[in-house]
Amino acid sequence: MYTFSSKLKTFSLVLMLLGLVGIGIGFMSAPKTIEEVETILSESHAHGHHDHAVAHADHADAKHSDAEHKEHLEHVLHQLQNKPWAAFYVACIFFLLLSVGVMAFYAIQYAAQAGWSPILFRVMEGITAYMLPGSIIFFIVLVLSAMHMNHLFVWMDADVVANDTLIQGKSGYLNVTFFLIRAAIFLGLWNFFRAKMRKNSIAQDSTTDLSFYKKNFKLAATFLVIFIITESIMSWDWIMSVDPHWYSTLFGWYVFASFFVSGITAIALITIYLKSKGYLENVNTSHIHDLAKFMFGISIFWTYLWFSQFMLIWYSNIPEEVTYYVTRIEQYNLPFFGMLAMNFIFPLLILINTDFKRLSWIIVMAGIVILFGHYIDFFNMIMPATVGDQWFIGMPEIGSILFFLGLFIFVVFTALTKAPLEPKNNPYMEESKHFHY
Amino acid sequence: MGNKVLHAIYNDDDVLMDAVKQTRAAHHHIEEIYTPFPVHGLDKAMGLAPTRIAICAFLYGLVGLAVATTMMNFIMIQDWPQDIGGKPSFSYIENMPAFVPIMFEMTVFFAAHLMVITFYMRSKLWPFKQAENPDVRTTDDHFLMEIGVHGNEEELISFFQSTGAVEVKIIEKH
Repeated sequence: MYTFSSKLKTFSLVLMLLGLVGIGIGFMSAPKTIEEVETILSESHAHGHHDHAVAHADHADAKHSDAEHKEHLEHVLHQLQNKPWAAFYVACIFFLLLSVGVMAFYAIQYAAQAGWSPILFRVMEGITAYMLPGSIIFFIVLVLSAMHMNHLFVWMDADVVANDTLIQGKSGYLNVTFFLIRAAIFLGLWNFFRAKMRKNSIAQDSTTDLSFYKKNFKLAATFLVIFIITESIMSWDWIMSVDPHWYSTLFGWYVFASFFVSGITAIALITIYLKSKGYLENVNTSHIHDLAKFMFGISIFWTYLWFSQFMLIWYSNIPEEVTYYVTRIEQYNLPFFGMLAMNFIFPLLILINTDFKRLSWIIVMAGIVILFGHYIDFFNMIMPATVGDQWFIGMPEIGSILFFLGLFIFVVFTALTKAPLEPKNNPYMEESKHFHY
Repeated sequence: MGNKVLHAIYNDDDVLMDAVKQTRAAHHHIEEIYTPFPVHGLDKAMGLAPTRIAICAFLYGLVGLAVATTMMNFIMIQDWPQDIGGKPSFSYIENMPAFVPIMFEMTVFFAAHLMVITFYMRSKLWPFKQAENPDVRTTDDHFLMEIGVHGNEEELISFFQSTGAVEVKIIEKH
């Protein structure tokens, strides 16, 4: 049995507390009125934002009407008000989907009857324990958005829809009621399968009869079918719909690859941590090697999808599609291309070596870079549509990451204490214990 | 004086593995082992050095990437920078997404083919090569270990008979 070390528990609580402070400061410092925005903008001009100042001078020369100026201010106000919300939203969805990615990996291992991984099932189950609290917080954020507490989803704003034929055309799908019902169904289904499979997995510990294993096999196969449908729709709803004028067909896969590799990385990191603390004695470097191969392979799969989506849109350059990348390249140049270095070039060069894939410190280092890279990936998906050029990785963003990281650690390691770290009576356990690559 | 070798023939890979371990422990030098299929762990038991072919492949891939980049940079950007359908041919990086499929394929092409050719050269394989098979049964169901004969022949023969060989013979090698 694993015991949650009090050090780690304190650490996670401190993270949550620091995170809450950061989030709180983010919400407090968001401007409330247009006047505040005006002072913020004029202050930033005084600090030598030359381009902006020039642009403003041009505005004055062209004698733009006050109404237009007001409209601009209101736009910036909404972006600045969105900042803490978007920061919270990105971190929230990142950790939620990370645990969903682990659930997908877990189900694949069951359905594929993998012989190497059963020894890691409890670690995976521990990580998927985060799905329930993560889903609840996430659903609350969606409900708050629907209650117009923020401007994350423009299509939820009746005034916007009234003047927007494109969104009107999509309102049969993009309407608040249907949106929330879908979210509730998806989250409910995923949590249902997680709870069922966890229960069966623990029940299998106390019986040599394989009925629970067989049940889990069937549940895993069913989950995977349901998952691939709900995952696709989820990515349109929760991520793509912040840009309701834009669409991309392989988006669901792209999002999937992103959180799938993050989930596998989390499994590797937590396994290495537990192993270093002396739990998981039967986990050897071959298990780590396999996880590292998955990290490597799925990182490249992610890049393949990223590039396919980018290149197809870049090549044809159709205005209604290409704006998505124009805003990202112009306003998010460093995060947009930086994540490519973190998610592709770095893992490609470091995880290609077989000997490196067996070294814990290499995996930990690569894993941290991959996790940050995919956080930036989600950041790039949400931020341009919600805060635009007002983005910054400051208090609210870091605070949100820390809060959810703390919560994640707390929930996951609490769940790990609830059951023995090595499943018993799984028919592939012996093979897994002696797995050697 | 001719060069004598001993052929110990086995009909089971597990027996062979044990025999290899015993032979190594007795410090007899294994010249070669012939098997009908890859025996997992045999190279380790024999103490063979790990292959470096993956390192070669990586370097060949880099060559392929360099070839693709240089070629397309010369043709599309330096030599004749035409406007083809509005694509920006001002610099390589500006038009790079269009070149990536070729860069990728060339990397794979060079890595794969040069690695295979390296393998053929290092293992001395080519179409009209004389087969070096000491016993036809080794391609079907027998395993053959070849050991250089130095010193006492009788002792050597009895040692290999004790390792479970179904047949032990001394051969004059030319």
